[in-house]
Amino acid sequence: MHNKTIAELARGLRSGAYSSRELTGVFLDRIKQNQDLNCYITVTEERALEAAERADARLASGEAGPLTGIPIAQKDIFCSKGVKTSCGSKMLDNFISPYDATVVEKFHAAGAVLLGKLNMDEFAMGSSNETSYYGAVKNPWDQNAVPGGSSGGSAAAVAARLAPGATGTDTGGSIRQPAAFCGVTGMKPTYGRVSRYGMIAFASSLDQGGPMAQTAEDAAIMLQTMAGFDAKDSTSVDRPLPDYTAGLNDDLSGLKIGLPREFFGAGLNSEVAARVEAAVDEYRKLGAEVRELSMPSLQLSVPVYYVIAPAECSANLSRYDGVRYGYRCADLTDLYTRSRGEAFGAEVKRRILIGTYALSAGYYDAYYLKAQKVRRLISEEFQRAFSEVDVLMGPVTPTTAFGIGEKTADPIEMYLSDIYTIAVNLAGLPAMSIPAGFIEDKPVGLQIIGDYFTEAKLLNIAHRYQQVTDWHGRIPQGFE
Amino acid sequence: MQWETVIGLEIHAQLATRSKIFSGASTAYGAAPNTQACAIDLGMPGVLPVLNEQAVRMAVKFGMAIEAEIAPYSVFARKNYFYPDLPKGYQISQFELPIVGNGHLDILLDGEIKRIGVTRAHLEEDAGKSLHEDFHGLTGVDLNRAGTPLLEIVSEPDMRSAKEAVAYMKKLHALVRYLEICDGNMQEGSFRCDANISVRPAGQQEFGTRTEIKNLNSFRFVEKAIDFEVERQIDLLESGGVVVQETRLYDSTRDETRSMRGKEEANDYRYFPDPDLLPVVIEDALKEEVKAELPELPDVKRERFKSQYGQDQDTASALTSSRELADYFEALVRESGCDARLCSNWVMGELAGALNKDALEITDSPIGHERLAGLLKRIADNTISGKIAKQVFEEMWQGDATADAIIEAKGLRQITDSGAIEKIIDQVIADNPGQVEQYLGGKEKLFGFFVGQVMKATQGKANPAEVNRMLKEKLR
Repeated sequence: MHNKTIAELARGLRSGAYSSRELTGVFLDRIKQNQDLNCYITVTEERALEAAERADARLASGEAGPLTGIPIAQKDIFCSKGVKTSCGSKMLDNFISPYDATVVEKFHAAGAVLLGKLNMDEFAMGSSNETSYYGAVKNPWDQNAVPGGSSGGSAAAVAARLAPGATGTDTGGSIRQPAAFCGVTGMKPTYGRVSRYGMIAFASSLDQGGPMAQTAEDAAIMLQTMAGFDAKDSTSVDRPLPDYTAGLNDDLSGLKIGLPREFFGAGLNSEVAARVEAAVDEYRKLGAEVRELSMPSLQLSVPVYYVIAPAECSANLSRYDGVRYGYRCADLTDLYTRSRGEAFGAEVKRRILIGTYALSAGYYDAYYLKAQKVRRLISEEFQRAFSEVDVLMGPVTPTTAFGIGEKTADPIEMYLSDIYTIAVNLAGLPAMSIPAGFIEDKPVGLQIIGDYFTEAKLLNIAHRYQQVTDWHGRIPQGFE
Repeated sequence: MQWETVIGLEIHAQLATRSKIFSGASTAYGAAPNTQACAIDLGMPGVLPVLNEQAVRMAVKFGMAIEAEIAPYSVFARKNYFYPDLPKGYQISQFELPIVGNGHLDILLDGEIKRIGVTRAHLEEDAGKSLHEDFHGLTGVDLNRAGTPLLEIVSEPDMRSAKEAVAYMKKLHALVRYLEICDGNMQEGSFRCDANISVRPAGQQEFGTRTEIKNLNSFRFVEKAIDFEVERQIDLLESGGVVVQETRLYDSTRDETRSMRGKEEANDYRYFPDPDLLPVVIEDALKEEVKAELPELPDVKRERFKSQYGQDQDTASALTSSRELADYFEALVRESGCDARLCSNWVMGELAGALNKDALEITDSPIGHERLAGLLKRIADNTISGKIAKQVFEEMWQGDATADAIIEAKGLRQITDSGAIEKIIDQVIADNPGQVEQYLGGKEKLFGFFVGQVMKATQGKANPAEVNRMLKEKLR
């Protein structure tokens, strides 16, 4: 049962082959048996079983939707009413959210069953899940390797079949990079497509929630529920929602694929390059035309990102002062001076300091303003590219999953692991990571980048590939 | 040496929206602490602001009333600083691109009109309140006020005395109330002022070093604080010292200003555009809509009063100082059909005096314009004299009886029956033969004595004009 996709499970539930209660029980058992992966921060067993029973009643009454009764797990960045929402931080270890994020509410309304809250890098700042207060998540394909981050718990949980689908958030690659490292399908939608209300902010102009699942079809089913205009988020876009599953099988002949030369430069592992090229070849077979193009400003993405994201985070994280909720030192002076020092981890502090510096009087123009200008150049370069091609393809990461502890000593090297994913966030574009092969039993991802609001097209492109390959169906040893 | 004072004011007007500027929580004043603060006002993790359209409309309304440029595109920025009652650790405000640009306001002082420039006005959210009094050794935080919409109105350094500053502040106060965008309640902090003050030798072009006095919440304090500060700066400069740029607090009990923080301790607010909010785009259509909603503004109303009612500058200014007062006056004129002069005399005289004595606003007046009209009608048709009317007014103030009811009940109707008056006059003449003789002998001052006697005998009810006429006839 646990190896089935969401689409398959939905059919099973509807046909009565099993109940949501049974299905939920299977996943809760697997979560218990695989605690050493450290995917979950909180397991909401009781609530899950209650929700499953409600879903079964709904299934019986014939009023079920595609997610009714399907167990899913939320990245612990999404506020869930009455449930601890830690954001991977000691700061919020005691925080029980008084409200539901819009995304959480939508899954509830669809009848999905919440299994629990998934581990993540602290405040989504990290590329390996090692900055979590709750400890690193292990990659199910190699337990000495990281699952990627910041949505590492989500990717590992889907890969190890501890949830058929999970939510993630992507600020600089936090859905796509762990999806690639763990061999699952992940989508970062267009900025504004999925409501950010209740999704704890890291860098507000870059953050975007999205689905992580085994297949593009499942991602489409989840996105259908997650996406849509939300009056509570001023940056969410009021635009009709397409049917994401309707065009999954559309023909790809004549599809114009662009390969930015800058994605295949010196930093890219040659084996990864080979897998990506092989995947592109599959698309040729499916009728696509492929051409190379140059996007020189992509190389500026990492420095631009590491000005803008920390600047925004330095303000976003100011609210964690211990006054109203969260970690606090008792005495007034300690409350002021030590709460944040004790509750934030090193990476979070580093970014708050970088951001504070970049916004300071005398530096603002040189850093923040300049970064915003370059950001516009990057967006414009993407727009030029999309006037020539339909989608861009390339690697998600320069290498496969690296070892736990391998890059923690050198933050710059860690930052560079997101070199292919960051530009997409700066431009606000939608992009996917899909499994495209293995190197020494570790997954490799293919990145597909589209123009604004072309999620349906990306899902179609991913789905067609998954019809002719089986990388996405492989299961790590020990989790079959 | 002759010194010139230079003053600029920053006024925070709390906008009279029903909900907060970025959340749906109520803005009503006086609720139990923290009962009007929702997840957004509390700065909970994950919450997002959504701009209140009414606040934008009100800002535009204000901008149009001071003939300012309305920015077609304005931006909210985060102003970062730490304070326990600032829930997000930043205040959402406007910095580089405010919604209202250059405008002006004319003030009237000693019969002279002076134009004061308004540099800008921007929207922002208020912080909460820290309460130190009620908690022993602890600080309480009340976030009811957090997120209340404010319009910060920044003037040019165009004022040259405390009196001008107060006149500007009063004018602005009247304006925001005319526009119904702020209740103007200074006690509750709905309208408060920071004053930037410097002095320079008369004739010098450059400004002197300024100090800023924070949070002045009454006209009187603004005047006293500025006067004190000007004197302090002049004393300092004349004794060879220098003025230090700093923020100061006015202590009303000791009537002095004290240093709060210096320039070195000034915050670096690290302003940057708030990524949670889209830029505010003001279309011409909205401006047209708001323009159509604008009420008659104080200056226009004052000029109209002068020409329509033949009032002098002072009377017209006083009557138009608040929209409610002007409305009361005009309703009174309409209702009573009396001479406008009689109406303005009563509104500015008896009524204003009584309101002032009981510390009431015109809107809370126990005597509405209908009842006062009833009284003025009886003066106009000679039923009672002005003097008796004051007596009736006092009765009316205490209860809710009409003027007519009081006049009837107390028998205050003026005696206009010449037969009745004649009888009394004859009696007075008969009772005072000595005085009659003296009067007829040339002591004309005694005429008043006879009038007094007649009035006394009628308990003031005799028509004074009639008494005069008849007495003159009888004593010939």
